[in-house]
Amino acid sequence: MRVNVTVNGEHRRADNVWEGESLLYVLRERLGLPGSKNACEQGECGSCTVYLDGVPACACLVAAGQAEGRDVVTVEGLAEGDELDPVQESFVERGAVQCGFCTPGLLVAAHDLIERVPDPSDVEIREALAGNLCRCTGYEKILDAVRDAAAKKAVR
Amino acid sequence: MSAPARSPQELHDTIAGGIGESPLRPDGTLKVRGEFAYSSDLWHEDMLWGATLRSPHPHARIVRLDVSRALAQPGVHAVLTHEDVPGENVYGLKYQDTPALAADLVRYQGEPIAILAADHPEIARQALKEIVVEYDVLEPITDPERAAHDDTLPKLHPDGNLVRHQRIVKGDPAATADVVVSGVYEIGMQDQAFLGPESGLAVPAEDGGVDLYLATQWLHVDQRQTAKALGLPLEKVRLTLSGVGGAFGGREDLSMQIHSCMLALRTGRPVKMSYNRLESFFGHVHRHPAKMYYEHGATRDGKLVYVRARMYFDGGAYASKTPVVVGNGTTLSVGPYDVPNAHIEGWGVYTNNPTCGAMRGLGAVQPTYAYESQMDKLASALDLDPAELRIRNALSEGSTVVTGQVVDFPAPVAELVQRVRDLPLPPEPAGERDIRELPGGASNTTHGEGVVRGVGYGVTIKNISYAEGLDDYSTARVRLEVLGGEAVAMVHTAAAEVGQGLVTLQQQIARTELGLTRVSVHPADTSVGDAGSSSASRQTYVTGGAVRNACRAVAEAVYARLGVPAEGMSLVGGKVVAADGEVVADLAELLGDTAIEETREFHHRPTYPLDPETGQGDAHVQYGFSAHRAVVDVDLDLGLVKVVQLDCAQDVGKAMNPDAVVAQIQGGSAQGLGLAVMEEILVKDGKVRNPSFTDYLIPTILDMPPMRVDVLERPDPHAPYGVRGVGEPPTISATPAIANAIRAATGLELPRVPIRPEHITGV
Repeated sequence: MRVNVTVNGEHRRADNVWEGESLLYVLRERLGLPGSKNACEQGECGSCTVYLDGVPACACLVAAGQAEGRDVVTVEGLAEGDELDPVQESFVERGAVQCGFCTPGLLVAAHDLIERVPDPSDVEIREALAGNLCRCTGYEKILDAVRDAAAKKAVR
Repeated sequence: MSAPARSPQELHDTIAGGIGESPLRPDGTLKVRGEFAYSSDLWHEDMLWGATLRSPHPHARIVRLDVSRALAQPGVHAVLTHEDVPGENVYGLKYQDTPALAADLVRYQGEPIAILAADHPEIARQALKEIVVEYDVLEPITDPERAAHDDTLPKLHPDGNLVRHQRIVKGDPAATADVVVSGVYEIGMQDQAFLGPESGLAVPAEDGGVDLYLATQWLHVDQRQTAKALGLPLEKVRLTLSGVGGAFGGREDLSMQIHSCMLALRTGRPVKMSYNRLESFFGHVHRHPAKMYYEHGATRDGKLVYVRARMYFDGGAYASKTPVVVGNGTTLSVGPYDVPNAHIEGWGVYTNNPTCGAMRGLGAVQPTYAYESQMDKLASALDLDPAELRIRNALSEGSTVVTGQVVDFPAPVAELVQRVRDLPLPPEPAGERDIRELPGGASNTTHGEGVVRGVGYGVTIKNISYAEGLDDYSTARVRLEVLGGEAVAMVHTAAAEVGQGLVTLQQQIARTELGLTRVSVHPADTSVGDAGSSSASRQTYVTGGAVRNACRAVAEAVYARLGVPAEGMSLVGGKVVAADGEVVADLAELLGDTAIEETREFHHRPTYPLDPETGQGDAHVQYGFSAHRAVVDVDLDLGLVKVVQLDCAQDVGKAMNPDAVVAQIQGGSAQGLGLAVMEEILVKDGKVRNPSFTDYLIPTILDMPPMRVDVLERPDPHAPYGVRGVGEPPTISATPAIANAIRAATGLELPRVPIRPEHITGV
């Protein structure tokens, strides 16, 4: 089948998509956007989190056909050209990136949290990011990064 | 054939900062932009997808194997079995006992039997179902203690079911004491659960060889094993490290290396393999489960008199790192304590359970849980404060460990315990509490009634680097040249960046040694000498040492070119500077359009094998020490645990990158927390019951409490820059600290981790 989808503001078309393919597979293997990660492909780890019509979703749980005509923003779409989003900047600056495999999903989830709750408490950050597994950091520096990104966004 | 369209990147991002500072990662921007090429992101025009058929049985004979129907499927390009392995169908890290593809006997559930390559991953998955395998199913051997002693069991390997037995005898092994405590402790099978799946891309080359891009911990050991199975000379099997999504020991053994290369060579096309999470649980080795019998004897005033222990490590189907686990487990068996008398025995065995090998804290995690449980039991028997008992018996510089080796470097164990004990405790619960911070959290299972609090300690000793006589080394090549009018250094090693920050450290060392701002890191590959494994907390020590040596050789070459004596000279800010501060030359001008390149190795000081009878010998290079204090809340009715706070004090010798050190301690502690309260691969009759992230639980951000980290720097005079390995100790000491805290809260024995709700409620 053919899938038409807007990704990071651009209209994209994927041909010869097999019906069982996920949005994650289409993004990574057909559209050349490997930023969303394939850690569990069961909706458990959150590493493939993307915005689907403005709402965070696990791209691995979205059938490619379900994305037809919809709007997707991936981690590749968070920066404006060379300028990183404050969430991206803070993750680098606060040491929240180690192996980095969970990072793209966490960035989208954290970006969404700060959009909804500009000044989140620690408990709110923990609740919002509980669907994103990280195996390297112990999460402390991820908390630092989200707090820092919220503060940065508040002044911008 | 050309290189992949998506492949490993050179890391140019230069952020100022030398040794002892905390510059940012050079791969950080790529990673947050989603542009960093991990092994599962590799892509080549014209590539095929590989897939693996695995045994559903833990123990069986293969009586018929027919791949013809699978091969006939449209879109399938090759189906291969053990008969197609071009070289020797056997590999292994310590013993050569593992077939690349099973020939006649299957020894664990998930053992690879056939591989195929197809146009699409789904075609590959469907075609696997067309392969016919008939099995004669056999009774699995699943009890490690029986496997160690019962000679009537079937032999899983020609030499029997024992991988290694090690005895350690110190002082009078039959010594007696006033106060004796004993216990039997068990530890479940933990998984590394790295997030990036096992993946790689094999590209056939025009010379009949193959280029493999992959995620691994040790390129050269993969190269040696893969080349042997392919029947190719080493130089025709070239490996390049791609982005690694965590490792923690789980990438030390081969997974898709031989298979992807076989398929690429057979089809003449690039072949990508990438496991899904289910296959990942079967495709890598796990942490050894163990059963340990301990007896501690002490004087009435709380001095240890003896330790006696017997420990059984379940190695599963193949040896992997089991010999090392037995070596580490026995030599570290009494912990960071002065013990005059000991009698220790450890067995590592073959069973039909999943293969166990390397995982962070290798061989030290199991005994630490046991002896730290014993220390609390002893403290209780002596009516002593648990921290005080540990301080009274703490090892120090000049102590003799259980193998007779003298600790000839700082060992501030007592200070670590004191420091972690002195950190502020969280406030005692009072009044109405936010339910999200209670055991059970937002599930609204309690409002604080039935919840009790406990505090516990865990302290550990871990050997750093490879041990027992191995010549452990690393290699680095450093090139100095002028780019854009500025002197720039390029560092090239085969050392695997698995997330720990080695690429940052390589830049820091080169910047410090060569007095430069700009340093880039070349992707790790096998065109430079061996760096050994990114494991055993060794890379900062050995590859750090190699980069330092290569940089110093480059600096000497600079002085030689100038014709000045090296004595008193230094490189600062791109200039050659004399002892009196006078600028002798500008580096960029001196180099012009030439380059200076030097390759050097670093070998750590020698270690020696253990005596087979007494276990005496200088087996280890260096030890790392850490101490944890855990505070837990336990819901006694439901058995739910909330770790309220987890603090750590660790000696790192020299904090090369203080922020990265703290991050390693926090991340390691999270893995220790996981083992204490949730992480276990459940195996019944040799079969895995929970191979998914739905059922194998790793800590989330809601499970990890706030952490205070107190870093000590007591330089090791024998180590480059005084460093001491950092990565493993925090994983090890976190688990017993939490277990001891839960015991303190509940008064229960709790002789097994992970501690589950039913262990607390008794239901």
